[in-house]
Amino acid sequence: MGRAMIAAAFVTGAALASPVSAQGTDPNLGRNLAAACANCHGTNGVSQQGMPNLAGQQGTYLAQQMKDFKAGVRPTTIMHQLAKGYTDEQIDALAAYFSAQNK
Amino acid sequence: MGRFSRREFLKVSGATAVGAATTSVLPGCATQPEAPPKPIGRVIVIGGGFGGATAAKYLRMWSGGTIEVFMIERGNEFISCPTSNLVLGGSRKIGDITRSYAKLRDYGVQVIRDEVTAVDTAKKRVRLRRIEDLPYDRLVVSPGIELMHDQIQGYDAEAQKKVLHAWKAGPETVALRQQLESMRDGGVYVLAVPRAPYRCPPGPYERACQVASYFKQAKPRSKVLILDANEDVVSKGALFKAAWRDLYGGMIEFRGNNEVKAVDARAGTVKTDFDTIKGDVLNILPPMRAGDIARDAGLLTGNTRWCGIDWLTMESLAKKEIHVLGDSTLSAPAMPKSGHMANNHAKIAAAAIIELMNGRAPNPQPVIANTCYSFVSDKEVIHVASVHRYDPAQKTLTVVPGASGVSSSRSDIEGAYGWAWAQNIWADMLG
Repeated sequence: MGRAMIAAAFVTGAALASPVSAQGTDPNLGRNLAAACANCHGTNGVSQQGMPNLAGQQGTYLAQQMKDFKAGVRPTTIMHQLAKGYTDEQIDALAAYFSAQNK
Repeated sequence: MGRFSRREFLKVSGATAVGAATTSVLPGCATQPEAPPKPIGRVIVIGGGFGGATAAKYLRMWSGGTIEVFMIERGNEFISCPTSNLVLGGSRKIGDITRSYAKLRDYGVQVIRDEVTAVDTAKKRVRLRRIEDLPYDRLVVSPGIELMHDQIQGYDAEAQKKVLHAWKAGPETVALRQQLESMRDGGVYVLAVPRAPYRCPPGPYERACQVASYFKQAKPRSKVLILDANEDVVSKGALFKAAWRDLYGGMIEFRGNNEVKAVDARAGTVKTDFDTIKGDVLNILPPMRAGDIARDAGLLTGNTRWCGIDWLTMESLAKKEIHVLGDSTLSAPAMPKSGHMANNHAKIAAAAIIELMNGRAPNPQPVIANTCYSFVSDKEVIHVASVHRYDPAQKTLTVVPGASGVSSSRSDIEGAYGWAWAQNIWADMLG
């Protein structure tokens, strides 16, 4: 419960900080988007060996990495393809969610 | 087998009692001094594969323990289809790709080893082989595929003892490996691929690589022959063909538009429209459809072999309050039947079920992804990936423009990612 509330607070914060987004009103936006990352990066971003851990990383760092993958600036095997699936607002929500998780 | 009550069964199987289990939501959170949440309803999940196990875990985790979850699974353990071709190649053993269901109990999932034999959709109850009927508020059906042996002449029960599919990881995987080990050097392994859609589009071509990898080490005069009902390689074609050419020389032969129509297990031959072909090891993947329980519950739609669903909730288009996941669904455009997709289906369903059971609207904009790694040798891997989002105009999930692609080339680094992917998705679904 505690985790979900913190995550909701972060998502709301991200939505307020970025240009107005209709999705910002959904308290589960970050959680639901992040669930599609869990296959490789672990439930709530807590990864098993061999994959980067996302839980508890700095939100600004995570968001910048994703935007760099999306722009093709940062070399990668697969993330340039996946990052293009998300709007910048969705990336901010993902970053806020993962940064609020315990490592 | 005699039927006995759920209470007796839970006692025998060592599962936690229902009341106690609802207090446990997350491992390590049991010490919080909060009263156990009052259950708002019960979801029964049929099948403990990539779809079912993920749904069971996420329903408990995201509902804060307010939804009672029963997962009915025939098997004692989870054995992964993805990476099972490595057992054929010899770089992994079946134990390496087998995982326990025990941790799901820490989330409060009631894991019941049994088989659902019927669904009474009017009374909202499932009938089980071993224990009493169980009522549900919502049902999740994730049974995987059924193999249509009757579509291939001669592929009867007797022939199936010798001619394996090994398309459900487990005893057949081990048995097929033994057949390859027993085969003479200079023998021919024949792999028959059905017309798409089938489970795991790149799976047959990865299997060809793994068998060739084993032959290269142990039986270098042997041959892999792919008889494909499809015109060309269904997935990652250029990358697979490059691997076949570069890594295995002329060992792998691909014949498109060669649908296997009949098998003679005793003679060791298969028939296409053109030829009768003799092989030393025959491995036939028959056409596939949604699992029997999905068909029997009336979930097949539109004269297809699959279950049409509402992609916002994964709810069946044929029956209310029943959600279908994974390979049994009528796939959205460009969506493969994969374990990774089933895991993502489960999360759409879990989120939607929780909202619906609380009288709220489900997420109107789900976004999910697919990642599929194929081992072209014991170390080198290629991938295909895509992101799928809901399109309200088409009422289905479609690939986000630009958000899909394959590896630039096969690599060891993706080999490491491929195996790490498996560890992570198994942990994500099983706790």
